[in-house]
Amino acid sequence: MKDPVDVLIIGAGASGAAVAWSLAETKMHILCLEQGGWMNPAEYPSTGRDWEAKFYGEWSSSPNVRGRPEDYPINDDNSPIKVVNYNAVGGSTVMYTAHWPRLHPADFKVKTLDGVADDWPIDYDALTPFFEENDLMMGTSGLSGDPLSPLTHPPMPQQPLGLSGAIIGKAMNELSWHWWPSDTTVATMDYEGRARCINLGHCTPACAQGAKSSTDITYWPHAVRAGVELRTHCRVREITTDENGMASGVVYYDKDGVEQFQPAHVVIIACNGVGTPRLLLNSASSRFPNGLANSSGLVGKNLMFHPYAQIYGYVKEPTDSNRAPPTCLWSKEWYDTDLSRGFVRGYGVQFVRGAGPVFEAVVSEQKGILPWGEDHHRVFRKLNGHRIGFSAICEDLPEEHNRVTLDPVLKDSHGIPAPKIDYTISENSRKMMEHALARGREFLETAGATDICVNSPIPWGGWHLLGTARMGTDPERSVVNEWGRTHDVKNLFIVDGSIFVTSGGVNPTSTIQALALYIADQMKQRLANLFD
Amino acid sequence: MTDHVSLTPRQRDDLRTIAAMIIPASEEYRVPGADDDIIQADIIATLGRDTRQVVAALDHLARLAGMPLADLEPAARDSVAQQFRSAGGVAAATLVRVVLQCYYRDDRVLGSLGLELRAPFPKGHVLPDGDWSLLDPVKARAGAMRRAP
Repeated sequence: MKDPVDVLIIGAGASGAAVAWSLAETKMHILCLEQGGWMNPAEYPSTGRDWEAKFYGEWSSSPNVRGRPEDYPINDDNSPIKVVNYNAVGGSTVMYTAHWPRLHPADFKVKTLDGVADDWPIDYDALTPFFEENDLMMGTSGLSGDPLSPLTHPPMPQQPLGLSGAIIGKAMNELSWHWWPSDTTVATMDYEGRARCINLGHCTPACAQGAKSSTDITYWPHAVRAGVELRTHCRVREITTDENGMASGVVYYDKDGVEQFQPAHVVIIACNGVGTPRLLLNSASSRFPNGLANSSGLVGKNLMFHPYAQIYGYVKEPTDSNRAPPTCLWSKEWYDTDLSRGFVRGYGVQFVRGAGPVFEAVVSEQKGILPWGEDHHRVFRKLNGHRIGFSAICEDLPEEHNRVTLDPVLKDSHGIPAPKIDYTISENSRKMMEHALARGREFLETAGATDICVNSPIPWGGWHLLGTARMGTDPERSVVNEWGRTHDVKNLFIVDGSIFVTSGGVNPTSTIQALALYIADQMKQRLANLFD
Repeated sequence: MTDHVSLTPRQRDDLRTIAAMIIPASEEYRVPGADDDIIQADIIATLGRDTRQVVAALDHLARLAGMPLADLEPAARDSVAQQFRSAGGVAAATLVRVVLQCYYRDDRVLGSLGLELRAPFPKGHVLPDGDWSLLDPVKARAGAMRRAP
């Protein structure tokens, strides 16, 4: 039998990397098991002429399409929004837009302010030092002073406005609507061993330059140097427990597919909003028949996605197309509750700079605005390199019927039951999306755009996987306590997006990592009585 | 991931015919059609994981046409193409996407669009910094984030 480790972390993505790095200073024996491997930037799409074609195959954002050995299938047939993710060292930070807003202070007090959902058991101020620490570790760029966003101190200046940004800014000014350069994790200057952005294009599917921050090139090198052991191509099947109801370790399949048992004194789950409930439900035992840490019955429930309402059109002027990171500006004009709009809570907006030629051709053909036949060439030249877009990230409120369960049939390559998603978009979210599309249309028409198209929701937009092991002080209404320890198992922690109580209306990775650092800090402060 | 399915000569002919109907050659823009030999060879060589869907689409097309697509009268051929486009489902969409993704990486086509014939890395692109005085009205406008209690 293997020797026990002090801390075993499952998952090497956004939160697993952050918690590993933070705990490394304790000099405990820390092991992280990751189902994927280390990435090789020489193989990233932007290194080849067929970079766009790869998005439809091995570099698809959908694990079901991608089907790499590291991926597990997800049954999302019963959801209008499909799950997208990436499985590797770095997790989905390898494949994301690098857009970097934080939850707002008011997002932590939704029940108090608006009478819906629940308040978080912690507030924004508790996370502030960890937001700051994380921004330095990930390396952010932006412009401090946005009047409608929390104050941030990005260590690098904002991305260039570019051609698209100027068109967007002028139109928003004409409407007297808020806009601001986004905080991003794209390095705009050389930073901590990372080279500055050279505008390779659509950086969502990994950055060959290393300018886009992902935890395989930020946190992990530091964590490994500090002594953390990272074991790749190891897929955890279940967390085991002992006669006292404490986590005793995990059963996993190693890189050769051989079943192994790794004992541990503390187990930390960092598999995000689908992987985490899947693992807990797969860890059912006679003592925990409904899944581990599930006495509340809430493991897997309250899944929040952020439905995206996207609208885009084509202007006469050239835009940045694929010659820049895809997002550079945001708006918080409609972020806070205004009941006169017909819905509670609100949405953030991220503007889109454009698209590459293959993507433009494929999507425009599917939308019916790019014809077959003689007129194809004229219309394509009107569309290509002229797109701007408006994407609303709508706050999704928690609802128990939106959930992750185990599929009774579907299994991964190791025979482990796969997750099944049941999800519907609420009436409140639909009203919010309609409002966003109407504002987006006003914006596009003001910019002079034509051939306006809508994706609402973006079907392949299930990036943000939140709420399925929520945080709270009441064990009957939450899975983990206010510092990330499960109520039921006193040496089992969760540090990923599944512990979100509400979703806010922004991309969540910054907040996920701040939470992971906060929980690591809480653990360090309580080492002497961690299991009390 | 390669599917071990290959296209029959009839399917290759129909693929060439429908590709030309999607994107015909243009003298005005000095570009080949998607039935061009080099583009067709690229399509066949890179079908990979899409092979099964493309074969299904071509089988559907064959049923609609009832004979080689190229042998139909132009009006009948257009009618078949319209039916194929509107009701062909995922398989037809995959075939069209494969044609487009190979067409819009052909050197002659990219050259006609004024695009450089290279991978994005390592040269990248230059992005104008822009006129940040555009942000002045936002800074000047009153407004504040909602506060938490």
